[in-house]
Amino acid sequence: MARIELNEIAHSYLRNPQEESDYAIKRIHNVWDEGGAYALLGPSGCGKTTLLNIISGLLTPTRGRVLYNGTDVTMLPPEKRNIAQVFQFPVLYDTMTVFNNLAFPLRNRGIPEDEVKKRALEVAEILDLTPFLNQRAAGLAADAKQKISLGRGLVRSDVAAILFDEPLTVIDPHLKWHLRRKLKEIHEQLKLTLIYVTHDQMEALTFADKVVVMYEGEIVQIGTPQDLFENPEHTFVGYFIGSPGMNFLACTLDGNVARIDGARIPLDKKTAALGRKARGKLEVGIRPIHLELSSKQIQSGVPAHVKAVEDQGSYKIVTLTLDDKILRAKLFEGKAVPENKAWLVFPPQWTRLFADGRLVK
Amino acid sequence: MGIVLDSVNKKVGGETYLDNINLELETGTTNVVLGYTLAGKTSLLRSMAGLDRPTSGRIIVNGRDVTGVLVRKRSIAMVYQQFVNYPSLTVYKNIASPLQMRGMSKGEIDRKVRKTAAMLHIEDLLDRLPSELSGGQQQRIAIARSLVKDADLLLLDEPLVNLDYKLREELQVELQDIFKQREAIVVYTTTEPTEALMLGGNIVVIDEGRILQTGSTPEVYRNPATLKVAEVFSDPPINFLKGTIQGGTLRMGEDIKMPLANYMKDLSDGNYTFGVRSNHLFLSRNGKEDAEIPAKVALAEITGSETYIHVDQDDSHLVVQEEGVYSRRIGSEITIYVDPARFFVYDERGTLVASPSRASIPKRARR
Repeated sequence: MARIELNEIAHSYLRNPQEESDYAIKRIHNVWDEGGAYALLGPSGCGKTTLLNIISGLLTPTRGRVLYNGTDVTMLPPEKRNIAQVFQFPVLYDTMTVFNNLAFPLRNRGIPEDEVKKRALEVAEILDLTPFLNQRAAGLAADAKQKISLGRGLVRSDVAAILFDEPLTVIDPHLKWHLRRKLKEIHEQLKLTLIYVTHDQMEALTFADKVVVMYEGEIVQIGTPQDLFENPEHTFVGYFIGSPGMNFLACTLDGNVARIDGARIPLDKKTAALGRKARGKLEVGIRPIHLELSSKQIQSGVPAHVKAVEDQGSYKIVTLTLDDKILRAKLFEGKAVPENKAWLVFPPQWTRLFADGRLVK
Repeated sequence: MGIVLDSVNKKVGGETYLDNINLELETGTTNVVLGYTLAGKTSLLRSMAGLDRPTSGRIIVNGRDVTGVLVRKRSIAMVYQQFVNYPSLTVYKNIASPLQMRGMSKGEIDRKVRKTAAMLHIEDLLDRLPSELSGGQQQRIAIARSLVKDADLLLLDEPLVNLDYKLREELQVELQDIFKQREAIVVYTTTEPTEALMLGGNIVVIDEGRILQTGSTPEVYRNPATLKVAEVFSDPPINFLKGTIQGGTLRMGEDIKMPLANYMKDLSDGNYTFGVRSNHLFLSRNGKEDAEIPAKVALAEITGSETYIHVDQDDSHLVVQEEGVYSRRIGSEITIYVDPARFFVYDERGTLVASPSRASIPKRARR
């Protein structure tokens, strides 16, 4: 197991990077604790796979150092770093049995056969692969194959960390639930350092204790799923986390009230006070789940137009227009959906303020 | 007007890809084909398109038998999972290519390309090459090229699966509007229940090459006709509990007992399977009718706005979906609450016999 330290990392794929925009990773300086379950979340092109490859040793960063338990491994290749990797597509030998697939990494290192057998059987047990040990990998379903890839990583007892690069992308939704559960159980049992790269917020949020959100080559927030949902530090995090993302409306402040054209939205006093001191363009942000709708006119309600209602089974997404701006609300099954006209209530405890894209706090 | 598949079978080697498909889709409708990987979704699209000739059966488009007609002689547009664009042509030329092949005038082509590009928000990219664009933008080009043709049949095979989650969310919303405006038969395949619900329209649930159920998407979601449909059309996975109905009481195992909901009153005594979706299982009591189910926590997943508690209950594995953040220690004993009026009831053959939105289902309507 390892504590991984990234020290002033920057990376460019160009030979002579000049400007900031030449860098895929601009500046990353942080520590990944031993035994932590981390997700690295961001849109494609944000640099998350680049960062993972720097951690694994597939890439040497343009600048900065990578430390495992305090030892500088920046120049070491992946095979010298004792890490296991699981990729989007299963990596295994189709013609070998499941047992031989699991045993391969150990036999390859000349480990005695009785030890090989013991470890392979242990890992098969953890991953529910025991019934398939004598079958060839070729005939197995996608999720079983992905478990074998994972098992080939876990089988080595000296693994420092396991790195996952979008491992569930090719897996059907119902099997994802099963595999995610397995990953969590392994983390509970073995307390390995896990780093999981994905663009899928659901995978990231359910897998990780800490989610690292990346955007344009930088980390914009590290937090628990709840932090990211309730207090996104950047409008990008508000947009990217949550489905649909957070609603944002440009505003001005008038005492404790945010003014959006003619509409007035009361804020809590602390937020308003901080907002008055903040510089830059102000925006109000609220999650679709927190926006309250009423079909009757209510005091302090903001009148809006109902544009569309989508039935998502367990909830409905209501698209509203407020002048030329679009807002989304998420209503759970059984709640009344206003027709045509609705009055919006922004509960102050859930209404956030952003200045130049940064959370006012 | 529309497409009819009449007893279509497709066999390759010894394997059955499509098994007696009978389907009728009308012009102006959006149809989602939902099924697991390898269920036959792509085979179904390829047969409709004329890319594969069925082993037996007929395909009729707008009243004309087109079973043996080549794909290029038919009015079809198809979008694949992995986007395909001409790498050496600009975005403009990529979108224009199907129209140029048809010998349309320059002015007409220009008008159509710009209109379609605007619809997909790629009007600023027309002079670029595909390699300069992101995956999401490239798939938009492929979709634009399929839309510009105004084909009678627009087939999309898991078109968003390789895109980022957030892009997918945005395109799902946009595509809904685009599909509504078209005078075409739109067929869209997916493995994801949430995507099917988002697109709405009609649904065709398939498994192992067979059609299991068709109907309006929300209607099928609320009345999954078989255990398999309920499984394929639930994310998180649906929970199944075995039970018996006897003398007006529903029993599960030794200890769980509850009164029958109104819609179950006509069911005869016997063994049934009770299906309930995760969002209808709760960690606290909501009403006095709620039944209590003792269970052991296997895992808690917290997304920040929702919590998924995985529990073991006898031999079954259940998932509880709660709004909000709730932590529960692994291994702890908890009680789960369920309103008996939320159950889908399946008979021993796995056929839906009663559901909350439909009082007991008349025998002749059962499949």
